[in-house]
Amino acid sequence: MNVEDLGILRSVDLIDGVAVAKVTPTYSGCPAVLAIEFAIEAALRDAGFEARIERVISPPWTTDWITPEGREKLRAYGIAPPVKGAGKGSLFSDPVIACPQCGSEDTERVSEFGSTACKALWRCRSCAEPFDYFKCI
Amino acid sequence: MNHREALLTGLLRVADDHLILGHRVSEWCGHAPMLEEDLALPNIALDLLGQARALYTYAGEVEGQGRTEDDLAYLRREREYRNLLLVERPNGDFAHTMLKQLYFSSFMQLWWTAACGSADATIAGISAKAVKESAYHVRHSAEWVIRLGDGTQESAARMAQAVEDLAPYVDEMFAPDDVGSTLAPQMLPDNPALRASWDAQIATVFSEATIEPHVPRASISGGRDGRHGEEMGFLLTELQYMQRSYPGAQW
Repeated sequence: MNVEDLGILRSVDLIDGVAVAKVTPTYSGCPAVLAIEFAIEAALRDAGFEARIERVISPPWTTDWITPEGREKLRAYGIAPPVKGAGKGSLFSDPVIACPQCGSEDTERVSEFGSTACKALWRCRSCAEPFDYFKCI
Repeated sequence: MNHREALLTGLLRVADDHLILGHRVSEWCGHAPMLEEDLALPNIALDLLGQARALYTYAGEVEGQGRTEDDLAYLRREREYRNLLLVERPNGDFAHTMLKQLYFSSFMQLWWTAACGSADATIAGISAKAVKESAYHVRHSAEWVIRLGDGTQESAARMAQAVEDLAPYVDEMFAPDDVGSTLAPQMLPDNPALRASWDAQIATVFSEATIEPHVPRASISGGRDGRHGEEMGFLLTELQYMQRSYPGAQW
């Protein structure tokens, strides 16, 4: 899994000899943004470029930008990938989330907020495993 | 008040709402009634701080005096903070906190939605990001208000008390804004126009929660002009401690 799979890295352009990477945060308050930016900058420097990072928030990042490969890597890691369109407004309904371990759709939400802002905590009723769900935004 | 001052004031009001509420919500870290909430509340606080940072950064640019997000968040005096009194209220019990969250997040969901259409591209950009986050805050708090309101005798009594206690702080969210008349049209949302939708959403949740709506009461205001309750001083003392003790500290 890398920042391109997640849709966090918008572009890298060579401008007057400087590699300019545009990066977007998933959530406004994501505490990992700075670490990700430093890592990208370090990777560019290691590859011999002078580097600059620009943070962009518009248009806003959406889980739809996670690539098909990224979604598959999330699932393989044990994180259920986002269900498209599930973040839209409805007050009381939940999307159907398949368990990343056994594939069962008999799952339940434990908490809207998991170990990070971008994930919710779910549980599979078939295999009884708890798992993270990457929330749709 | 010229256009720049009005925009700065308008931005600081919303930024301060988020900083102060984010601080209040963060006070639950390690004290929430269950582990899932101990994860949820700091996550929500983080969203609020992230939104505050974006607004402060832009406010600093609009002001043009070189002030950063940190200068605005940590180095102003109490009377310079323009947040709603609602958000500085002490947390009280869990019912009180969840009702406060429902009130504010429902308000902000409407506000961000309207601000997505702002004539100012930066405000529209910040709003398009924040509106998606606030949808989760509304859901989270609405579920708790329903669970507690329609729960045990004890939880219902506590939720009823929260409705009573927070009633005076509702009107301030929708008070006509003195910066609105100075700003160009479509810069910031018109708060009074958000009231009807907010009332409808809260009524839906209350009905599900079997909560009686509060009887109209005299409202308390002043936060938008920098007049705060005594709790604000204690909050700022903690919030600003590092920058006051070690001026210019960075890490």
